[in-house]
Amino acid sequence: MIEVKNVSKGFGEKQILKNVSHRFEKGKVNLIIGGSGSGKTVLVKCMVGLFEVDSGRIEYDGRNFSEMNFKERKPIRQEIGMLFQGSALFDSMTVEQNVMFPLTMLSDLSQQEKTDRVNFCLQRVNLPSSHKLFPAEISGGMKKRVAIARAIAMNPKYLFCDEPNSGLDPKTSIVIDELIMEITEEFQMTTIINTHDMNSVITMGDNILFIHKGEKWWSGNEQEILKSGNPEVDEFIFASKIMQHLRK
Amino acid sequence: MKIFFHLGRYWLFMASLFGKPEKFSIYRRRVLEEMESIGVSSLGIVSLISVFMGAVITIQTVYNLVNPLVPLYVVGLVARDTMIIEFSPTIIMLVLAGKVGSSIASEIGTMRVTEQIDALEIMGINSSGYLVFPKMIAAIFIAPFLVLISMFVGIAGGWVAGELSGVIPSTDYIKGIQYQFLPFNVTFAMIKTVVFAYLITSISSYQGFYTDGGALEVGQSSTRAVVYSSVLILIFDYIITQLILI
Ligand SMILES: Nc1ncnc2c1ncn2[C@@H]1O[C@H](COP(=O)(O)OP(=O)(O)O)[C@@H](O)[C@H]1O
Ligand SMILES: [Mg+2]
Repeated sequence: MIEVKNVSKGFGEKQILKNVSHRFEKGKVNLIIGGSGSGKTVLVKCMVGLFEVDSGRIEYDGRNFSEMNFKERKPIRQEIGMLFQGSALFDSMTVEQNVMFPLTMLSDLSQQEKTDRVNFCLQRVNLPSSHKLFPAEISGGMKKRVAIARAIAMNPKYLFCDEPNSGLDPKTSIVIDELIMEITEEFQMTTIINTHDMNSVITMGDNILFIHKGEKWWSGNEQEILKSGNPEVDEFIFASKIMQHLRK
Repeated sequence: MKIFFHLGRYWLFMASLFGKPEKFSIYRRRVLEEMESIGVSSLGIVSLISVFMGAVITIQTVYNLVNPLVPLYVVGLVARDTMIIEFSPTIIMLVLAGKVGSSIASEIGTMRVTEQIDALEIMGINSSGYLVFPKMIAAIFIAPFLVLISMFVGIAGGWVAGELSGVIPSTDYIKGIQYQFLPFNVTFAMIKTVVFAYLITSISSYQGFYTDGGALEVGQSSTRAVVYSSVLILIFDYIITQLILI
């Protein structure tokens, strides 16, 4: 469980996050949704410590992450996996080396144990035979899967995904969503996905946080969101033709 | 005012490089890889430039020596000292600022804009230490060898040019390059080389590390890396020369 308590964040004069509080549950896929530029990525980056919050705090199962220094954060960092919007695979390394990288840098496993773990993770994301390829040689969907494999290599308690579906076709998006749901359940992780994909909202919106202009605007689940009665939420949810059609 | 911002951030960046390495063996392997990419891959261009520099210095010196009282072996001496004191360390390092500096800045800049650096940070890895420190150590270690090779090849180039064009007999040239040789000049050149190697790697890494934006900004960082390293090499060339030789 991760708790965000009264977090504010700005860049210079510009206030991006305004007093956001929310609780992200364990063993669930928690969604952060909102329009482009609403501050979703900034919130996620504050949570993982890539940005420092201006005020408020982030708690990982009661541990106050915001007050820790680089060294104190290390144990928590190793419990965090993150899937970046553009996958962020290391260009100079093969698929196998990418997944092995956190194990090599941070664990004391033997070579055999590392290889086993890499094989397990790549198998888990259904990529059993791409070990020797470089990121430039594989498709966007495959990159996402390698990135997921790398993110779960260290067996994280917390998994963050920044727009896991961006740049993917609808079918591949569903595959990635399902994969994330399955591993969340399987490893009992606290998963946080930041998305504006309505399909993801409908299929895994157990706990949805809707951000609007940097504020917590609404929260609830996928049932409630369809009849929230909140104009900004409705505008977001029913923006597409297909959703408008379904509404009627 | 902006320069103070950059100076401050540059020093913080330098301080951040010296965090405790996650795994020593990995840093060692990274240093070796970087030596290969910075050093070995530059051998060709360094040799090519040096041989022509040596040749041109030799021929020009002969051409400028109109006074018959000056013995011909002076040409060898001039070629030797020009290569050792100035051309090998400074020109070669300026060329490396172009070649190595732009590649470091664009490599690190690309890693920044594609969130690969964030990915390292998330894992709890000291990203600047992991990416930059090995490059710096490798460059500082390998650059003196490149410059020594450049001196040797340059002086040999002068000899070949003198021979081919017939402007100076071999015996004179060889007498010249041995005449009143000061080993300290080589030490002096090595001091400059090490400082320049540090400037190139630290400035280029800094430019890459703080790239903000996309592909366009990576290109701009890369250009700035080359320009700033070159200018600072020239300034430090002057400062070091004044400090040590006067
Ligand atoms: N590093 C930064 N410096 C300044 N402004 C930023 C930075 N990162 C994001 N912003 C601004 O914060 C706002 C929210 O961005 P972001 O969280 O990326 O939106 P999204 O909800 O689409 O992920 C945007 O207006 C963006 O310009
Ligand atoms: Mg975003």
